[in-house]
Amino acid sequence: MLLEIDNLTLRYGRIEALHGISITVAEGEIVALIGANGAGKTTTMRAVSGLRPVATGSIKFAGEDITNLRADLRVIRGICQSPEGRGIFPGMTVLENLDMGAYTRRDTSAIASDLDRVFGLFPRLAERRKQAGGTLSGGEQQMLAVGRALMARPKLLLLDEPSMGLAPMVIQQIFEIITEINQQGTTILLVEQNAQQALSRAHRAYVLETGKIVQEGTGQDLLTDSRVRDAYLGVA
Amino acid sequence: MTETLREINDRRQRLTAGIGERVRALPRWQKVLGLLAFVGFLYYLPYLGIPGLTWFRTDYIPQGNNWAGVLFSCAIYVLIAIGLNIVVGLAGLLDLGYVGFYAIGAYSVALFGSTQSPVVEALQNRFGLSEQWAVSWAICIPLAITFTMISGVILGWPTLRLRGDYLAIVTLGFGEIIRIVARNSSWTGGPQGIAAIPGPEGAPSADNTIFGLIDPKPWYWLALTVVIVMVFAVRRLEHSRVGRAWLAIREDEDAAAVMGVPGFKFKLWAFAMGAALGGLSGFLFASRNAFIEPTQFNVYLSILFVAAVVAGGAGNIPGVAIGAFLLAYLPERFRDFSEYRTLAFGLALVLVMLLRPQGLIPSRRRARELADRRKEAPANV
Repeated sequence: MLLEIDNLTLRYGRIEALHGISITVAEGEIVALIGANGAGKTTTMRAVSGLRPVATGSIKFAGEDITNLRADLRVIRGICQSPEGRGIFPGMTVLENLDMGAYTRRDTSAIASDLDRVFGLFPRLAERRKQAGGTLSGGEQQMLAVGRALMARPKLLLLDEPSMGLAPMVIQQIFEIITEINQQGTTILLVEQNAQQALSRAHRAYVLETGKIVQEGTGQDLLTDSRVRDAYLGVA
Repeated sequence: MTETLREINDRRQRLTAGIGERVRALPRWQKVLGLLAFVGFLYYLPYLGIPGLTWFRTDYIPQGNNWAGVLFSCAIYVLIAIGLNIVVGLAGLLDLGYVGFYAIGAYSVALFGSTQSPVVEALQNRFGLSEQWAVSWAICIPLAITFTMISGVILGWPTLRLRGDYLAIVTLGFGEIIRIVARNSSWTGGPQGIAAIPGPEGAPSADNTIFGLIDPKPWYWLALTVVIVMVFAVRRLEHSRVGRAWLAIREDEDAAAVMGVPGFKFKLWAFAMGAALGGLSGFLFASRNAFIEPTQFNVYLSILFVAAVVAGGAGNIPGVAIGAFLLAYLPERFRDFSEYRTLAFGLALVLVMLLRPQGLIPSRRRARELADRRKEAPANV
């Protein structure tokens, strides 16, 4: 297993946001985490990337216990997150943002070829490479966030709500690229409200409800599951 | 009224728009030549006698202060602003206790360099040294830098885990603590302060030919040289990996962390570097003044320093240098309006905030960030 989350609890002050969740991600998979607002999806993500300290339980990455490791050291281990709300550096240009993604790396020539790869995946970013991140449209910012995370050449890519606030056309496009990135060999843990897209793209998925995992299975199984359909897919 | 002001400002902006771009587009040799001419002019400033420009001298007005002396103060302020700019402008940490580092730098040279300081006297007794013995001026430089950097780390270690306003409040307290300790301890000379602080030529005396008490010109040139060296050093730093990390932390700390930037470490670095520059300017100030006492380091100065950085254009070295220069120079030039000075000063600051919230000469990046935030704001309401 690349990522093993075991019985994780996490608190905001006295409020427990996650009540002992366990998630595994195998190498090469796309695993989706779906659920409503406030279910704890983003919190889980922040625990994995190291932005929130956990209360109990453990997180293992490639066999190593990283539960209490600092966020920046997790990036060096190979975990990179595209944060919720995109987290673009607004004053930096597209190119500078992408450069920041490769901050922990020193292999200049490989960085250059990864930059070409990102521009290949998102030709739109190549056109705007000199433009400030803050002046991009929502979809472009999302592309930039994903591209920037890829620049770290992660073993595990964490995507937090990549479809948030985007037009259906753009959502479709982003998800196609996510599949493509996965086929190129990157393992992906994906948090989504757009359950339809997430489940049809993911190999496996977990359903979170108020800080607990209530269901898990393959993406296809959950897509056809009646409870999931009622609650998250908006079809009767 | 603000509307009319904005309108005037817009018209002015249309006139000045693109100056920066045009300057950047100049060929390299022209830029270098221009820079050299400017630096030469700065060294010439104490003699300023060009008809028309003499109006700018501060000693042409009644009770005006010595022109070179004012220039020296300006250079000290510019040095402080460059240091504080690392903390406020580059790393985005609001430090309201910067005067503390200035004081520590000043007290470093006073306590170890002056034969009249209680610390030196204690050392003389302990090791049986002569009464003329004190740590030499040149050795006080690394001492001052080391002490301020250490104090920057000591202040930063517990407080840099705080964000925004909380950090500002704690640093405000720090500045006051330093002043109150200096005032109430016997080993700092207490409220009487410390005299006979040495300069490059040793303790102040009538024999000092260059760095004496009478002629401030050599002091100005010394301070100016330090400023120029530091401008280049900080510029290098700004465009290094460290600079990029600061920038990322300022723009989005969480995003920086998930890009692999160790936020705490770099914030601590910013504090230490900023502190070192503040200490260096305090050191120069104390050497020139030959006498310091605690009231010279009050909280008003801290606020003034932050005002210099913000009004000048946080994050941009030319901007903060201009801001600091004006803040030190204008009150001296307009001494004749002595009673209204602070009022005029306050008004000027308010005008800057209204018309140029990004500062007089803003950094391009900072302007983009502000534009981004303005765009975001209505969406959050």
